[in-house]
Amino acid sequence: MSNNKLELANWASSFALKNGASQVKVNVSRQHEVNIEIRDKKTDKLLESTSNSLGIDIYVDNKYSGQSTNDLRKPELEKFILDAIAATKYLAKDEFRMLPDPKYYKKLAVDLNVNDQNYATIDPAGKIKIAETIEGAALSQSDKIISVTAYFSDGKYESATVQSNGFEGQDESTFYSIGASVSVKDPNGSRPEDWKGVNSRFYKTLPTPEAIGIEAAQNTLKRIGQKKVASGKYDLIIQNEVAGRAVGMLINPMNGSSIHQKRSFLDKKLGEKLFSDKLTITDNPLLIGGLGSQLYDGDGIASQKRTMIENGVLKNYYIDYYYGKKLNMEPTTGYATNLLLTIGNTSLLELIKKTEKGILVNGFNGGNSNSTTGDFSYGVQGMLIENGQLTQPVNEMIVSGNALTFWSALADLGNDPYPYSSWQSPSMLFKDIDFGGL
Amino acid sequence: MKELSRRKFLVNAGQGIVATTMIPAFLQNDVDFALGLKSADTGLNDYLNRFGVTEALIREVLAEGLSRGGDFSEVYFQHRISNYIGLEDKQVNQAYTNIIYGVGIRVLNGDQTGYSYTEEITPATLKQAAQTAAAIANSNKKASPVKLSLYKHSENYPIQTSWETSNIGIKMPYLNRLNDQIFKQDNRIIKASAGISNETSYILIANSEGLITFDYQPLVTIFCSCTAEQNGKRENNGSNISKRLGMEFLTNNMIDRIAKEAVTGTVSLFEAIKPEAGEMEIVLGPGESGILLHEAMGHGFEADFNRIKTSIFSDKLNQKVAENFVTIVDNGMNQNYRGAINIDDEGNESKETVLVENGILKSYMHDRISAKHYGVEPTGNGRRDTFRNMPIPRMRNTYMKNGPHTPEEIIASVKKGIYAEKFTNGQVNIGAGDFTFYIKSGNLIENGKLGRPIKDVNIIGNGPKVLSNIVMVGNDMKNSEGAWTCGKNGQGAPVSMGIPTVKVSSITVGGINS
Repeated sequence: MSNNKLELANWASSFALKNGASQVKVNVSRQHEVNIEIRDKKTDKLLESTSNSLGIDIYVDNKYSGQSTNDLRKPELEKFILDAIAATKYLAKDEFRMLPDPKYYKKLAVDLNVNDQNYATIDPAGKIKIAETIEGAALSQSDKIISVTAYFSDGKYESATVQSNGFEGQDESTFYSIGASVSVKDPNGSRPEDWKGVNSRFYKTLPTPEAIGIEAAQNTLKRIGQKKVASGKYDLIIQNEVAGRAVGMLINPMNGSSIHQKRSFLDKKLGEKLFSDKLTITDNPLLIGGLGSQLYDGDGIASQKRTMIENGVLKNYYIDYYYGKKLNMEPTTGYATNLLLTIGNTSLLELIKKTEKGILVNGFNGGNSNSTTGDFSYGVQGMLIENGQLTQPVNEMIVSGNALTFWSALADLGNDPYPYSSWQSPSMLFKDIDFGGL
Repeated sequence: MKELSRRKFLVNAGQGIVATTMIPAFLQNDVDFALGLKSADTGLNDYLNRFGVTEALIREVLAEGLSRGGDFSEVYFQHRISNYIGLEDKQVNQAYTNIIYGVGIRVLNGDQTGYSYTEEITPATLKQAAQTAAAIANSNKKASPVKLSLYKHSENYPIQTSWETSNIGIKMPYLNRLNDQIFKQDNRIIKASAGISNETSYILIANSEGLITFDYQPLVTIFCSCTAEQNGKRENNGSNISKRLGMEFLTNNMIDRIAKEAVTGTVSLFEAIKPEAGEMEIVLGPGESGILLHEAMGHGFEADFNRIKTSIFSDKLNQKVAENFVTIVDNGMNQNYRGAINIDDEGNESKETVLVENGILKSYMHDRISAKHYGVEPTGNGRRDTFRNMPIPRMRNTYMKNGPHTPEEIIASVKKGIYAEKFTNGQVNIGAGDFTFYIKSGNLIENGKLGRPIKDVNIIGNGPKVLSNIVMVGNDMKNSEGAWTCGKNGQGAPVSMGIPTVKVSSITVGGINS
């Protein structure tokens, strides 16, 4: 990576310090992106561009503000920084606002393997070909298909960060996303849609485009004839790739800001057994090749693997440096990176087989969870399970409950952690969950 | 990456529980700027100077965009300054600023789109971006620079004092007052946070059909969130207002009003229960319930989905979709509304578009590509998040006009159901038509009377079915002033919505099973 970003970051930091800032953090980043969409065997949309950003956090005697701009012309930047310092001085002093203690800065000698060295040399025609192949594979699945939009997108992200009390970091990463959304004609007049999409750090580890196209089409075709079924209690199997929605209702209340601002049902619950024995969640920012991997976090604090929940016991919060000071707690890190759940021994098929009356949830539609109380209510779609068999596609249903009882009802885990996401959950079985329908 | 970007959803910033998930992202984009930037640009030359370009250069770039045979090219310059100040733990102790500056270049070849943008505006970078976008076509047709003529639009958001002349020090007292008012109202309040975000966007658009136009777009949002504690239980809720106004937006009366709303909305949750799950009658209160129109039909009426036949409404144009007393419009011209625009992001004039008139589906919402496909005039709905995005059909202020019933007779007609009043977010699958929205607060209705408060339930229904199941419409139309942001294809757009009290005869409510 060129040193331009680091040089610019250091220049901005010195300039701010010389002009009245007491501490400074600067991040300079650049992202190149390509987005291709194919429809009706033609390139429907083609976008290629590069964006830049300079972000600067300014501390003036414990007063704090954060600024960012993509206008990197030097005279504009000078004015931008001077204005930012002037603006910061208006704010109230906050004794907890400062850069982290440098003892948290460590250079980790780990190659996270998140940067595809071949990024710049991949043939653009090959990218279009991938999206065309996905479209073709999807269309070949059925004459009930009325629309397929296939996509290929990629990006390369480079950044340099300096913090004026001794932190300097650089990183470089790539990603690739491929997939398709498909719509089909249902004899009842509706046009169910679904999609399949995957993300990867490397071009060569993308699954075959044919497989993605076929899966996108099959996911959608399975929705033909979907309808709501009776309200009541059902066992719920959540399919691995959509399980993040359920995991998410635990993550937000673990955040230092939620804890300190008393918007968390997990406040004062560290060390307590709150959930099913089967629930263990690890946060591993150092996962090799992971989609959420990083050597240091937004505070410059060196990354570390942590157990967040172990056999149902709450072990850690996500505490950044600022809220750590406010809560008088050791900082961990401010946000979730790669989340790994325990992997079970049972396949999704076996989970279905042992379910007498249940609903396999493979899609969410809106809804929300309340981090203060743990209450949640989500729209869902999927398949009805009767006596171990998938018998009927369902939609227009709602699953509701409270995170504490819901996660205590976790009864079994699949052996299928979803690899194309930073949150790698297996499929999971929950007992006796409230569904709203007819 | 792509996952979220496939969804069509709507969120209300800073509203109750969403506040906790929204604020971090919100802060990243909003910030504050100090004194003394120059005030609003007023003429074309000011805009050309702001972006360091001339009409002659723009004409050359547009011609470059057509150099591979495309049939339309367009430049969209944008300079947007966003500011945010935040209060937490009784002090205004954080401020954020974000500036974006650049130009997006779009080339159309039939329905196909080539797009590129650059953040460095020089003749060389502009032409390079134009060449990248031009590659959507592939022939040797030559295009000559076209003469540009200025389009002057109407003014839907006059302001008195620009945000660029309003420094942090002037805004801070309003947040301090908001905090004081929240704590003063109820001794069960244990935490409060609040913020003001404001932005000013300068846009300049020109295209190969000879149009050149510009717009100055102010936007402001104030929000607060509070947590109350009673007998060891905690509840959180919030309130917000957003408008296209300048500094005159901030008044003590308005501050006192949202403080009261937030506190009342929070402490009432202690009494609230979850309803029984299942299908029932629902009465939607006036104002925020406009979320029904946004989700159940609004997205389905966006013409891009209909052009490719993925909307459940794609074969329903000119058909009866609702009772005679149902009329729904999407209007970009309501003065100073959050969803108002003077021109859309393709330079088309803003207007009122009648979507459903006396129960008949009359029009979709169009961008340039879909208007051409359907052979109709543009409706002024081609909007984009920033210069980095292609315009697509989006809503502006979507609302239902008054009907023949009174709110009292509507509530009295329900034997057993719910009354929904405040919402946080919604979502829709436009092909299957199933849509949801999340009720933050409301009431049970029993034997025609409002009963116990309810909270935190999602509602799910089918768009066309629910549209035809609107059996009563009140005469009390109200617009929501909330900070609604619509998400589509990864792009955000500020929108407004409104509705009178309406009754839907059957819809599925999430809840518990006895």
